[in-house]
Amino acid sequence: MRIAIIAGGRTPERDVSLRGAHRIETALASLGHDTWTVDPAERKLVETLRERPADLCWLALHGKEGEDGTVQRLLDLEQIAYTGTRALECELTFDKVLAKDVLRRANVPTPDWVVIEGSALRDLGAGASLSTAVDRIGLPCVVKPSRSGSALGVAIVERAADLAGAVMAALSYSDAAIVEQRVSGTEIAAAAIGAPLELLPLVEIAPKDGVYDYGARYTAGATDYWAPARLEAATAAAASDASLRALDALGIGSIGRVDLIVDEATQPWVLEGNVSPGMTDTSLVPMAAAAAGLTLSQLCDRIIQASDTA
Amino acid sequence: MAEFSIDRFVDRYAARAAGMTASEVRALFAVASRPEVVSLAGGMPFVQALPDDEVADVARSVLAEQGDVALQYGGGQGSIGLRERLVMLMAEEDIEADAEDVVVTTGAQQALDLVGKLFIDPGDVIAVEAPAYVGALTAFGAYQPRFLPIEIDDDGMIVEQLEQALVRGERPTFVYTVPNFGNPAGVTMSAGRRRHLVALCREASIPIVEDNPYGLLRFEDEAEPCLRSLDPENVIYLGTVSKTFSPGVRVGWALAEQSVVQRLVLAKESADLCSSNLTMLITERWFSDDALWRGTLAGLVDAYRSRRDAMLDALEEHLDDEAVWTHPGGGFYVWVTVPNWLDTKALLAAAVERQVAYVPGTAFYPDGRGANQMRLAFCYPTEERIRDGVARLGSLIHDETDLYRSLGG
Repeated sequence: MRIAIIAGGRTPERDVSLRGAHRIETALASLGHDTWTVDPAERKLVETLRERPADLCWLALHGKEGEDGTVQRLLDLEQIAYTGTRALECELTFDKVLAKDVLRRANVPTPDWVVIEGSALRDLGAGASLSTAVDRIGLPCVVKPSRSGSALGVAIVERAADLAGAVMAALSYSDAAIVEQRVSGTEIAAAAIGAPLELLPLVEIAPKDGVYDYGARYTAGATDYWAPARLEAATAAAASDASLRALDALGIGSIGRVDLIVDEATQPWVLEGNVSPGMTDTSLVPMAAAAAGLTLSQLCDRIIQASDTA
Repeated sequence: MAEFSIDRFVDRYAARAAGMTASEVRALFAVASRPEVVSLAGGMPFVQALPDDEVADVARSVLAEQGDVALQYGGGQGSIGLRERLVMLMAEEDIEADAEDVVVTTGAQQALDLVGKLFIDPGDVIAVEAPAYVGALTAFGAYQPRFLPIEIDDDGMIVEQLEQALVRGERPTFVYTVPNFGNPAGVTMSAGRRRHLVALCREASIPIVEDNPYGLLRFEDEAEPCLRSLDPENVIYLGTVSKTFSPGVRVGWALAEQSVVQRLVLAKESADLCSSNLTMLITERWFSDDALWRGTLAGLVDAYRSRRDAMLDALEEHLDDEAVWTHPGGGFYVWVTVPNWLDTKALLAAAVERQVAYVPGTAFYPDGRGANQMRLAFCYPTEERIRDGVARLGSLIHDETDLYRSLGG
């Protein structure tokens, strides 16, 4: 099969995307596919795909354009098959403002939150609402951009006085900020592949510095991972159930990941879904696949087959 | 159940490797290097100004006439011919030197590392300007010192602060300074401060490491005396041709007392045996043609001066209400201080989104300061790009100011 890996792009996750793409390209080549990487920041995507047509586009872009439905809509228009989630569901999942609502409506447990829109602050004088946000959500809370990945722009706020700065930082990445209740507990990643989606073993994330930030994600050795996660069977089952319901509610297809926290009372809380999970050497989906006994090539093969039939 | 070992050596690394981690700022720079982004971040010399044909002639003649030497190992101290040229270059700044006291290094960056290797034991105190050259902080940092940050103003390092620290009982192993058009702040140490620093350090028997990459990139006014010429015995002087010729040849040097030189040569040999004979010979020939190197340098200085002017004019036009900045008389950098509620690290993503990049200030302090500061480099982009970049930055900071006010600030 002729497979163009779309990777790179113009987001802060550009490097992460290219690193993952390099691994995917090697894996796909080992499966006998004719594989090459296209970086839309380097070459015009549509023209390049017309010059060298692909049977399938492997979407390895992260962040805006790659995960918000933009590239998916373009490929829909060009009638080129692609891996992962359809455009509308990408848009929904990538935007935490929308996704959190969808999760709640589907009765998937997700930490309480409020939204602070940049435009509301600028144009409607919503600044006074910040104190309301603290009253509603409590402290400590987590402030994150509505549309970003890799924990970029995310801050844990302990004191009310620090909220404004954290909101400004989050708005540097996105046009809205989520102020979310902080749930303490065990961080879990639930990776899923195939059609219909099947969960891989849950991965437990234990950052050595306590916070799973950008450095903890992409510095080899900065975080300890356990797969399967060291959870009681009933807790693992509840986390898996919440993950599957989240994947279903968000409409994620062929490959995806759900990030959760299991609190001290063993209640799982879904933080977010990801339509383009990382595939670097420190990424969670390849780790979950390895725990299931799958090599990276076998993982890629499963995703291709699911994409074909999606 | 298995623990996934992403890095099987994680428990084996030395403590000094602990700070070597992935960072958000690096991730953003991957985008900032895209052509559509005006990067005011990197301090890349304007090598396009070098005359290609002449450089090619020099390289060709080296290979044609001295190929056997150029492609062979060399001595750890660097070739005598090049060292004599470097002595001549230092004389341009009134530094008297003997070629025997010069060690050629792989860029001045290697000299920083070798100085760290020779002088710093874990826990030693190193006095640095605050802000300081980030490459020196990381080079010295690998030897696990405790940094003693000494603040700066428009006259460079506030030597009185160092004096007070000595009174408090601090005993730095050495003082590190970039006295001419410093990186990142672009400020130059005044003659009075230089004399004070030299006298203070001599009195306290504290060596000074004087790093002078930008001294010959002077746009106006007379040069202040180099610290090395004020006290040759107590100053280890570091130079480079990266800014006067090319960073690609990786030629820097250290000038020091013989006792230090001998140790530097041994340390250099254990690090990389020798510098590249090929690029040392190219550099030697380049600086042997007086008209060529002087003419090229004059052209570079003119270009950098125009770019500095473009940046200062643009800052005046677009940031006058919100920020203060330094007015460098040479070098590569302007140091901008914005209101203290603005976090330049957090703002960088939005800046890159608007296609302009800078280096957030915290990178240049060993102690987390600098959140409301940023370094802007005028060396690489054209004047037009500089004006565009500063305009984008200005509009972003105006918008952030509005946002801050709407948040009740």
